[in-house]
Amino acid sequence: MSLDPVVLFFILGLCAGLVRAEMRLPSAIYEFLSIILLLAIGLKGGIELSKQSIGDLLPDTMAVVAMGFVLPLLAFPLLRYIGRLEKVDAASVAAHYGSVSVGTYAVAVTYLTAQQIYFEEYMPLFLVLLEVPAILVGIVLVRGISKNTRWGKLLHEVFLGKSVVLLLGGLLIGWVAGPEGVESIAGLFFDPFKGVLALFLLEMGLIAASQVSCLRRYGLFLLGFGVVFPIFSGLIGGGLGVMLGLSIGGTMLLATLAASASYIAVPAAMRIALPEANPTLSLTAALGITFPFNIIFGIPLYHKFAEYFHTIGG
Amino acid sequence: MFTRRTKLITIITESALEHTLIDDFDRLGAGGYTITNARGKGYTGVRDGRWPTDSNIRVEVICDTELADTIAEHIIKTYYRDYAVMVYIGDVTVVKPDKSGKGS
Repeated sequence: MSLDPVVLFFILGLCAGLVRAEMRLPSAIYEFLSIILLLAIGLKGGIELSKQSIGDLLPDTMAVVAMGFVLPLLAFPLLRYIGRLEKVDAASVAAHYGSVSVGTYAVAVTYLTAQQIYFEEYMPLFLVLLEVPAILVGIVLVRGISKNTRWGKLLHEVFLGKSVVLLLGGLLIGWVAGPEGVESIAGLFFDPFKGVLALFLLEMGLIAASQVSCLRRYGLFLLGFGVVFPIFSGLIGGGLGVMLGLSIGGTMLLATLAASASYIAVPAAMRIALPEANPTLSLTAALGITFPFNIIFGIPLYHKFAEYFHTIGG
Repeated sequence: MFTRRTKLITIITESALEHTLIDDFDRLGAGGYTITNARGKGYTGVRDGRWPTDSNIRVEVICDTELADTIAEHIIKTYYRDYAVMVYIGDVTVVKPDKSGKGS
């Protein structure tokens, strides 16, 4: 298995974190890197959308959003009845696993680009659309459609979080400006993408390592769930990709999106929406288990899924 | 120089609560507040600020005794159960220039 340099940067961060090396990126730099990544991914998707008829994408878009509602509903009973988590914790973890990780998506795109595998470049549209539904499902699983829930504040948190605003903003700018318009800012957003991703992953490795100490507290179920559920949801995403007629690369990306778990947008929303849920539990699973698993082993596996589905699906 | 003895209420809590607390202060009638990023260890374990969900803020409000008690009661009642919260109130002396603005 040959690993991409960006993945090696992640492993460096992970190892440095595990041996407690004195190293961390200043938080302002980490923020800056994540802003560049979010905007670059949004812009790429927007450029592609400017070449497409939005109407043609509508059925695919609706199917992907439906998947965003279904995934947490599949995760919830497993967490509640097999994992025996409290209802609120099960709902919160389910919301994390129904939503997506932009970092994982970026590594998957790098993987495809390095192997020169074609993929539908409008995939960032699916990325942004998959951020939100699971959060709503998580809240409704606990609160119901209660009038007491402060929906105004929650929807503000959910729809105006940093990742949604920057991805959607990038998509819109790319869509309005088109390929020629965006060319003038490619020097900041596209050319250094891989270097920015490498540094971002270095810090993410350090952060993921800091979650490992919490693993002991939550036992084997969480470890198993953090590995097995992404494989299961990756199969669902891959299956949907083939049904929608996506290329092998596109199918692999949709499988990766389905398999990834959010560790930025959802934790922030859940802290406000379901404060009684244990935030460490969800973050340990999403960031300490699933993110490293997906980056190192999951992405090549989802590629295999996509190839297999294409073989049997024609 | 003009001095006035009053109260300083300090709240150390999760950064996730920042906007909510600001709304609370406005509603309860606090004239001002100061917020700084913080990290440390307490009854909820280490909060090292490496990730947004592990970040703390320290909020300070200078106000009279009555308002300090109202704020403390509100925060303990509303947030103590589900969030990492530490509240303490102390006596402080606020120093300002006298009314001529020259100090003394």
